Amino acid sequence: MDLNYTEEEIAFRDEVRAFLDEKLPKELSDKVAARDHLGKEDMERWHAILNEKGWLAPNWPKKFGGAEWNAVQKHIFEEETARANAPRIVPFGLSMLAPVLQAFGSKEQQDYYLPRILNGEDWWCQGYSEPGAGSDLASLKTRAVRDGDHYIVNGQKTWTTLGQYANKIFCLVRTDPDVKQQEGISFLLIDMDTPGIEVRPIILLDGVHEVNEVFFDDVKVPVENLVGEENKGWTYAKYLLTHERTNIAGVGYSQAGLESVKRIARAERANGKPLIENPQFAARLANVEIDLMAMSTSNMRIISKAAAGQAPGVESSMLKVKGTIIRQEINDLARRAVGPYAMPFPSETVEGDNDPIGPDYAAPVSAAYFNNRKLSIFGGSNEIQRGIIAKVKMGG
Amino acid sequence: MNFDLTEERQMLQDTLRRYLSDKYDTETRNKIIDSEEGMSAEIWAELAELGVIGALFTEEQGGFGGFGFDVSTVFEELGRAGVVEPFLDTAVLGGGLIARLGDDSQKELFEEVIAGSLHLALAHGEPVSRYDLSYVESTAKANGDEIVLNGRKSVVVNAEAAGQLIVSARESGDAADQDGISLFLVPADTAGLTMRGYPLFAGGRAAEVTLDEVKIPASARLGEAGKGFAALSDVIAVADVALAAEALGAMDTAVELTRDYLTQRKQFGRPIGSFQALAHRYSDLLIEMEQARSAVINAAGHLETADAARQNASTRNLIGRVGRLVAEESIQMHGGIAMTKEYELAHIAKRIVMCDHRFGDIDYHLERFIELSAA
Repeated sequence: MDLNYTEEEIAFRDEVRAFLDEKLPKELSDKVAARDHLGKEDMERWHAILNEKGWLAPNWPKKFGGAEWNAVQKHIFEEETARANAPRIVPFGLSMLAPVLQAFGSKEQQDYYLPRILNGEDWWCQGYSEPGAGSDLASLKTRAVRDGDHYIVNGQKTWTTLGQYANKIFCLVRTDPDVKQQEGISFLLIDMDTPGIEVRPIILLDGVHEVNEVFFDDVKVPVENLVGEENKGWTYAKYLLTHERTNIAGVGYSQAGLESVKRIARAERANGKPLIENPQFAARLANVEIDLMAMSTSNMRIISKAAAGQAPGVESSMLKVKGTIIRQEINDLARRAVGPYAMPFPSETVEGDNDPIGPDYAAPVSAAYFNNRKLSIFGGSNEIQRGIIAKVKMGG
Repeated sequence: MNFDLTEERQMLQDTLRRYLSDKYDTETRNKIIDSEEGMSAEIWAELAELGVIGALFTEEQGGFGGFGFDVSTVFEELGRAGVVEPFLDTAVLGGGLIARLGDDSQKELFEEVIAGSLHLALAHGEPVSRYDLSYVESTAKANGDEIVLNGRKSVVVNAEAAGQLIVSARESGDAADQDGISLFLVPADTAGLTMRGYPLFAGGRAAEVTLDEVKIPASARLGEAGKGFAALSDVIAVADVALAAEALGAMDTAVELTRDYLTQRKQFGRPIGSFQALAHRYSDLLIEMEQARSAVINAAGHLETADAARQNASTRNLIGRVGRLVAEESIQMHGGIAMTKEYELAHIAKRIVMCDHRFGDIDYHLERFIELSAA
């Protein structure tokens, strides 16, 4: 048992830190720290910087141009980038689609799409959820009917994150309606500019446009855009869901969030003293920090297993549940910490050139509190995760 | 012992609930929120006509209600429909201070409030005062028959619509003293008074108000010099009942929407409410809602007693805790749909959570409760 990084791991961490010091643009880290909304060009800029270093695809094998880091290295990278307020890597192409193409795609698909993901030519979005298929994803209805050398796609996808920026979408579609739900699904790659596709924004409760509905009306998709075999899409989708489970606990984000709450609580005053000395508030802060310290070690235990080649099982689900509870609690503390200044709506304070209303740290906290309710809903809701844990452990 | 509403209050509740369910649907309300004014003059006038404002004041003050249960009845219905119009600010706080402290000529303004033709705003909180009611740095200096105000007021709800602002400023003592705070009626267009307005997260508008050598006549003072704190505490006690009741009404809506969703939404071939994991959590919300309802009854029923402050602290702490649970669990059990701006629950959840940022959050009220219980 040794809780410390090895010398090699420390050397790697120092290399990551030095890189971030040198290459992470301050405009970007300032925006992330202020929870300002990043535009497409911001995210592309950061991707390009990482790509130049060869660090844009930490989990890809080297033969596809990835860094092929082990689980500990990936964790160190994620922790350091979160701490440095680097933008998140947009995951749709890099860590959702790419592993599927690498495992199940044709040579032609790999050769064509993977370089385009790295160099930013393609922006992918994910076509999974539908209005009637959320937690019960396998009940999806979007239909693809083979017609000569094309599929004709009809239906609707929803909660399509950053679909407004995407030129490509990977979709789960139903190709056989007459078999068991999971056995009639295929995995299709679709150009967003194909006639018959319409993207409509969904505005979230914090006023932000980050998700969309995507409608398909007789959309013609060449058959060579099928990944793997027809009707095997569910297998690929499940592979995707279990493959990209690193950083599921969000430890780095929680640590950054906790530091931010502490900064706020040092600046705010309650009853003539810094809020951080207020017994109720200090107790809330301590409770969440204690939980986070333990979860951070749980996270390392699993990462260490993964680095030794053992596939994580239900532990991923456990980390997702605990990790989101902790992050949401930190969001609640931040909102609470700013007092009456949680009330202004951020549209005119975060975006645009106006000075903030009240202290600058107050502007994003209510939006963050409400927006991050999504953490326990998406990516398999916490209820679904709990179901998985019980089912696996009880041998169901 | 009788927990029924009086006939008059029952009528008021029925009338309000019917009017708001007819005239204040999600789409209408969301348009009002996105409008420049952040409120509807038509809805305001019609609700005033229905007696919403009059019900908040005693006959002696010029209304027809004014007791704790009148306030809770009105605000529970406003909360149920997610009303963003500033009845708390113009009526409870502004009107309440004039009714308590105003001289005959100042009371003419009160009649305009009852009639729905004048808006008011309480400019009391300051950038660092947080929830501390006695913390006032803004100053008032008498200069002959004139008073000069200087200072900054923060998150002044309804400031832009208000014809008059009720400004607290210190005439003596230190920043946190209860003694020495005076209240002044300041017309919104007075020279030296500037505002920076903005929308609020849960609807409505507020402003940061700067007072720079604002000159008003001594006759603009409400009540005695330096003795404003008691009246402020009194109207904020009424506001505590109003906010708790508003949150309760909104929570009721959240729980109803959740029930409907649990019974209608199907996943895995059955209504999601048939999964015990969700059914039990829904039951927990109902159990906590009974606690919340009783807490509001406690506050409303004790408003006219010596125990009002302790009861209010207890109620607002409990409502804050249950409110967060109801808001978060309702969103979670809905899933993504509750995250969208158009969906009723999104607005309702924001109203519930934001009640916890006015006149004290759960921690503030817990401390207050401990203090008052020890006394």
